[in-house]
Order: sequence, then C-alpha cells, then structure tokens
Amino acid sequence: MDFNMMQILPALPEIFLAGVALVLVLVAAYGGEGAKNARRVTNIALVGIAIAFLMLINRDAPDSLAFGGMFAADDFATYMKVLVLLGTFAALLMAMRPLGDDDINKPEFSLLVLLAVVGMMLMISANDLMSLYMAVELQSLPLYVVAAMRTNSLRSSEAGLKYFLLGALSSGILLYGASLVYGFAGTTSFEGIAAAISAGDLPVMFVIGMVFMISGLAFKVSAAPFHMWTPDVYEGSPTPVTALFAIAPKVAAMALMMRLTYGAFGSISFEWSQVLVALSITSMVVGALGAIMQSDIKRMMAYSSIAHMGYALAGLASGSVDGALGVMIYMTGYIFMGAGTFAIILLMRRDGQSATKIVDLRGLSKTHPILAIGLMIMMFSMAGIPPLAGFFGKWYVFLAAVQAGLVPLAVVGVVMSVVGAFYYLRIIKLMYFEDTDNPLDADMAMANRLVLGISMGVVLLFFAGLGSLLDTAGVATTALMSVR
Amino acid sequence: MIENWPILTIVTFLPLVGVVFLLMIRGEEAVIAQNSRNVALWVSCFTFLVSLALLIGFDMDNPGYQFEERAEWLGDTGISYHMGVDGISMPFVLLSTLLMPLAILASWNAIQHRVREYMIAFLVLETMMVGMFVSLDMLMFYLFFEAVLIPMFIIIGVWGGPRRVYAAFKFFLYTLLGSVLMLVCMLAMYIEVGTTDIPVLSAFSFGVGMQTWLFLGFFASFAVKVPMWPVHTWLPDAHVEAPTAGSMILAGVLLKMGGYGFLRFSLPMFPHASEFFAPLVFTLSIIAVIYTSLVALAQSDMKKLIAYSSVAHMGFVTIGIFTMTEQGIAGAMFQMISHGLVSAALFFCVGVVYDRLHTREISAYGGVTAVMPRFAVFFMFMMLASVGLPGTSGFVGEMLVLVGAWKASSWVAFFAATGLVLGAAYMLWLFRRVMFGQVVHEKVEAMPAMERREFAIFVPLTILVLWFGVYPSSLLDVMEGSIQLVLDGMAASGVSLMAGK
Repeated sequence: MDFNMMQILPALPEIFLAGVALVLVLVAAYGGEGAKNARRVTNIALVGIAIAFLMLINRDAPDSLAFGGMFAADDFATYMKVLVLLGTFAALLMAMRPLGDDDINKPEFSLLVLLAVVGMMLMISANDLMSLYMAVELQSLPLYVVAAMRTNSLRSSEAGLKYFLLGALSSGILLYGASLVYGFAGTTSFEGIAAAISAGDLPVMFVIGMVFMISGLAFKVSAAPFHMWTPDVYEGSPTPVTALFAIAPKVAAMALMMRLTYGAFGSISFEWSQVLVALSITSMVVGALGAIMQSDIKRMMAYSSIAHMGYALAGLASGSVDGALGVMIYMTGYIFMGAGTFAIILLMRRDGQSATKIVDLRGLSKTHPILAIGLMIMMFSMAGIPPLAGFFGKWYVFLAAVQAGLVPLAVVGVVMSVVGAFYYLRIIKLMYFEDTDNPLDADMAMANRLVLGISMGVVLLFFAGLGSLLDTAGVATTALMSVR
Repeated sequence: MIENWPILTIVTFLPLVGVVFLLMIRGEEAVIAQNSRNVALWVSCFTFLVSLALLIGFDMDNPGYQFEERAEWLGDTGISYHMGVDGISMPFVLLSTLLMPLAILASWNAIQHRVREYMIAFLVLETMMVGMFVSLDMLMFYLFFEAVLIPMFIIIGVWGGPRRVYAAFKFFLYTLLGSVLMLVCMLAMYIEVGTTDIPVLSAFSFGVGMQTWLFLGFFASFAVKVPMWPVHTWLPDAHVEAPTAGSMILAGVLLKMGGYGFLRFSLPMFPHASEFFAPLVFTLSIIAVIYTSLVALAQSDMKKLIAYSSVAHMGFVTIGIFTMTEQGIAGAMFQMISHGLVSAALFFCVGVVYDRLHTREISAYGGVTAVMPRFAVFFMFMMLASVGLPGTSGFVGEMLVLVGAWKASSWVAFFAATGLVLGAAYMLWLFRRVMFGQVVHEKVEAMPAMERREFAIFVPLTILVLWFGVYPSSLLDVMEGSIQLVLDGMAASGVSLMAGK
C-alpha cells in the first residue's frame, strides 16, 4: 500500500497529541525535578489537549478511515473524543494544585496522562482488532503507572500493582477472544468480521471469542463481575488520578465496546445482548449494594461508577439505535457528574492533608455552603432525580431497554436506582443534617471552582440543551450504525 | 394583550425568580434572615395574585384544557413543552399558590436558622408543585412530580424534629420506589404511542392486558403519594418530624398529587384496569379509613393524630375517585381541596401551640381555651370542618363521596360512613383533651395570646372553608365539565360504569 499523507489526516488530533507527549518527555526529563516542572508539563499538556479539542470540533471532513481501515474517524468518534478530552482536561486542571504540595509532584504525571489520552482516543476510533488491542494497551500502561504515582504510599503501590495485574489479565482475555474471532472470521477488520458473520454460520467458538472480548472490555469499564480492581484502585490512587479514572477511561472503553458490538458484531446482537444484560444487572446490583457500606468517599464513588456503568450497559444491551443514543446521553451526563463530584472530593482537605472519609463531609453546608450545594446537586443527579442530568441518561437507556423488550432489566435498574439513592442521600444527610466541630480547610482552588461551576451548570440545565444534544448524538449514532 | 401571556409558565416559574433574589441578599445574618422572609412572602403572594388570573379567565363551559401553551423541547421525539389546566387541575394550582404564602407566614418566627435556605427550598417546592399540576406532557409531569422530593427532603431533614433524618429518608425512598415503577410504565406508554402528550395518551386506547400492568405501575406511585394503606407509614413520620409549614404543604398539596394522578392518568388512560381494580382500591381505602381512624384514637402526639386523620380522609378520596360516578369523583375532588385547606389549618393549629410550649404531647395541654379563646374558635371550626360538619367544606366532599359510594356498592358506603363516626370521635376527643378542662400545667397558663400574623393565616382558610361549605357549587361548577369528560371517555371505551348497579 502506498503511503499517502491523506491517509493519516483523519488521525491528526491523535498524532498531534502524541507529538506533544514526545516533546513533554524532553521537558519532563530536562526541566528539572519537582513541582515547578510538573506544573509546566501540565500546562503544556493542557494547551495540547485544548488544541486537539479545537481540531476535533472543527472537523468537517466526511466519515473516513485511515491507516488502511484500522482507524475510523466519524461523528461518533468525534462525540466520544470530545467527552474524553473534556474529562481529561478537567482532571488535569484540578491536578495542578495537588501536584504542588502532594508527594506526586512528578513531571511524568501529565506526560503519562497525555499518552493515556492518545490511547483512549485511539480506542474510540479503533476499527480493527489490531488497533483495538494496541489502543487498549496504550491507554492502560500509563494509567498503571500513575495509579502507583505516590511511591512512598503502600496503598498507592498496591493500587498500581493490583490494577496492573488485573488489567494484564483482562488484556489477556481480550487478546484471547480477539484471536478466536480472528481465527474464525479470517480477518481483523471490523467490517470484515461483520461481513463474515453475515456470510454464513460461524461456529460457537466464534461466539465464545466474542464473549471473551466483551469480558475483557468489561474489565476496562469496570462492570461487575469484572469490577474487583475498581474500589481498591480508586481508594489507593492519589485523588487527582482517581478523578481521571472516574471520568475519561470509562467513556473510551464504553465507546470501544459500542463500536465492537454494533460495528463488528452488529448483526448478531441477540448473542451479545444476553451477555450485556447479565453484566448490566450484576453491575447495577453490586454497585448499589456495595456502596452502602463504604466509609471512604473514593471507594464509594468506585461502586457508584460500577452502578453507572451498569445503567449505561442496559442501553447497550438493547442492541438498538436508541440504545446507542441512550448510552451516549448517559455518558455525557456521567462525565459532568463525575467531574463535579471529584472537584469537591479534591478539595476535601484538612490541615493540608487530603481527608476522604465520608464523615469528613459532616456539616459541610455550614462551613462551605457552595461546595455543599454543588455536591448535593451532583448526588441528586447521580441518584437519577429529575430534572438533573442523571435522570435523562436513565430515561434514555431504560427507554431503549423497554423498547427492546427487556422490561425486567429496566425494572431491576430502577429499583436499584432507589437503593443507590440511599447512599447518595447519606452524603447529603451528612452535609446538611449534621454539624461538625472539625471543618475542612477553607481554601478553594480556582480550577476546582471552575470545573464545579461548569459541571453544576450542565447538570442543572441539561434539560434545556437536551434537544440539541439529542440531534448531535443522533448524528453520531447514525455514523456508528453505518458500519453495519 | 394579557390573553396571550404564557400565564401558566409565569405562575410556575415566578417563585424561581424569587430564588434568584434570595441568592442576591447580602449582609448580616439577621438582615439576611429578615429580608429572606420578606422576599419569600412577597414573591409567593405575588404568585398567588398572578394565579388568580387563571380563576378570572377560566371558562367554566369549556371542559377541555385551557390556557394551553406548547413549545418545542426535544425536537420531533413526541416530547414537548406543553402546559394547560382544566377543571381538575385549576383548583389545585390555586390551592398550591394560596397555601404557599400562608406556609411562609407560618414559619416566620418558628424558623430561626438558615432562613434563606429554608425560603429557597419552599419557593423551589412551589415551582415543582404548580408545574406538576399544569404539565400536559407526561415527561414534564414526571420531572416535577419527582423533583418535589428534593426540596421536601431538605425541609424535613434540616428543619425537622429529633427523628428528622429517619423521616426524611423514609419519605424520600418510599416515594422514589413508587415513582420509578411508574417511570417504567411511562417508558412503555411512550414506546407504544410515540408521544408523551397527555391529551393524546388519554385518547389512546391501550390493550386491556397492557392496561393492567400500566395501572399497577402508576398505582404504585400514586398509592404511596396519597398515601393508601399499607404504604402510608412514611406519612406519620414525615409529618411529625417536618416543621409546621412543611406539614402544611405536605398535607395540603403533596398528598393531592396522588389523587390528581389517579384522575389524570389512571382513569382516562387505563379505564378497563381501573374498573377491574376498583374493588381492590375500595378494600384498601376502607381499611385505611377505619384502621387509621382507630390508630388516630390511640395517638398521644397531636401531629401524629392529624397525620393519621389525613390518611383516613384521603381514603375517602380514593373511594370517591374509583366509584367512577360523577358524584363520587366530584366529591373526591371537593374533599381534596377541602382537606388541603382544613389539614393545613389543623397542622398550623398544632404549630401555634407548639411554638409556645415546644411539645406536641396532648397530655401537656388542657384548658387552652381559657388562655387563648380566639385560637379556640379557629381550632374548633377547623376541627369541625375536618369532622364534616354541615356548613363547612368537609361536609360537601364526604357527602358526595358517600352518595357516589352508595351507587357503586352499599357496603363501601357503609364502611366509609363508619369511618366518619370514628373521625368525629378522635377529633372531638383531641379537642376536648387539648382545649377544654382545667388548666393544669403552669406553662399553659403562661401561653401568650394569638398574634396578628397567626390571625392572618387562619382568616383566609376559614373564609374559604366556610364559603365552599355554604356555596359548594362555586367549586363544583369549575370541575363538573372536566369530570364529565373523564367519565364520557371511560364510557366510550366500553367500561360499564358502576352507576346504577
């Protein structure tokens, strides 16, 4: 195949970010140790992300493939990448302050995050088993490292190691499934697999390969029963890293799951739908029940994210256009809820030390009224109370589920959302119904205020912009479906 | 000019404008508190005045929706911004806007900490309540219906009594569990019909089998809201722990959301299922009427007693609605409006004495009449209205419900009437223990007389209760056409209405 510059143009934002990351390697290596350089690297990374963001939203090229069909640049990819970039930008912005005074003041931090972002964007655009696996690994490896960033903390190292071991296992499962699929379909390209499926009967081993692949990806979205790593990693990682984990990689992995199921395996949706129903129900149940007993807010958020992935998978399980639309609306609300919540969790500090026990929030409404209102809105939204963003996500995923005849799934989902409401309400209770004599620190970083303000605005006014959001997501879904 | 104004949108969202003002208040804590009270009072009064335009402009000869507003919201998905009122919802809108300034006035002195937040919660609550009654789109209805939980949870939890956390959680989770089942049914209806427009859905005939499931889903939500036995247990807790004004709104308006839901959704949209499940509703309602009346007799806490009496009265409402007769439904509607006024006043009565003695134990009182004679007049009047004395609004509602019930089944009427007797028993006994007798407690003797503010709350409620009692057709005429429309729709779908059986 002749090399043609036009062939790689669709991947320009990724290539640009990769280039920035390479430059940052030099800056990180020669810019000196410590907080100052760490901030410098972060600033450059932020600018890089912003430029990539602008490149993305100004994309007016038609849907196209690059790298010999391994990379798909379409409206769906753009939509999801925008979410990933927004989430990462927020997480990095909020990491700026902790980078200065925590023991994670290493220049490598932002560099690694940027590499992971490139991985996530490639995941979203992956259109081939090869690029899928490469992207997943590019996303995962930097994240293993940043999870263990706090080198003098046992918990952080444990988190990194655990994440690495289980992540490697999931990659193995993914790879094994991919090899089975390749073996029977005879091709690694998603279109080729789809064509092979519609061409004739594939043996049951092909389906097993597909299930392996879905399971491998379920690790990445932390869907139960593949969620074991999530609570420990969330709790053990430095909080800025947890914030990142909670927002961006989930979107990327979910997008990859969508492209794989709708794109490659689109015509046998009845086969994977059952798997996703099972994943969805277990995630919703585990997430809702697991969070109740938690005393650490990061750990609680881990279970909360498991439950949220369960809801999103309920939309995916329907296997329909509306399902894809529902997942996209859900993930859109999810990143803003996640960003807003972590903006507050990052501010939970006492005497300069981060304090992440849930009881530390006691009396927050008196000591920090703005934070309390923000967290209250985020919690109500996560509980799915209208008219906040979380409700509309649930409305669209369950709409798709009911439409696909999965009424029991929807019923389990809404009942579990009531169970979930209990632990979200518990946070509001601590903030509003109780008093404290040991308040949290008063200073509020500008970055967190900004992220919190924007997230609050989006979550509160989600209903107003929903009409145009539906249009955008609808176009993106059409792009996703056109692969079939 | 004025005819073209989106009056319903204005009434709904005007309180939120007040919230913006409240957020802008700056100054010392005491200044903020006093200004917040004033702003909230004026905004709610103004909202009430604006809502009177609905009353003036209402065309009683038109049974359909009036003041309709429609705007695009979610593109061509069949979900739009649609508002309107008919004879069923219009009285509830006015009830909400009337009770809100009174509730704010009732908390004038009782609430001393976090006054601004308190007033914000109440104004948000008002928007949600009014919005729910005027929504003609099912998704919008659900948004408002559920969003009510947020301010109410905060009101109970922050300004409530000693067991407020438990009560707030119970209230929230109970109601949420009912609502989410309704949500699933709404999804199914939306998928079936392709729109969430309430008038379209009312005209659509769902399959009989589907109706059963949809009815049960909606029933789960509305039965909790009403509340019906056996899912009423959140109510006594919520009432006892809520601040006085919270109880007033809770009993005055929030309970009506369930009855309104039955009339707006269950009867017109699922007529066959409504007919099928009517005996079940009757049974549950009768149990509610008799059982909760007996429970009320045994209470030693005034607020809890009135809370149980609310459950009993709402039992009448559900009986009336499911008789599916004109008298029964009109009686249920009348009972809801009347109960909205009377129970709000009764809870305020408790609030008046509670503010003075800081206890709700009946045994701590006695002989209050001698100390607060004016208060005794109002309390007695409201107590008698609650019992259903002719000449008060309570009588008309109960009477009509009994007539309707008699048409449906004489046994239902018999048991419901038993509830009336029990109702008289516990209310009169409560009054006797609190108000009459010798003053035995020193503290009671020291109770200050009624303030002008308290007077100002009682007077409008009393006038209305009396007015509706003496001249019921002023209210009945408003809702008659719309009720007939519901019944016509049911008859058209082939339901053999029970009248005449």
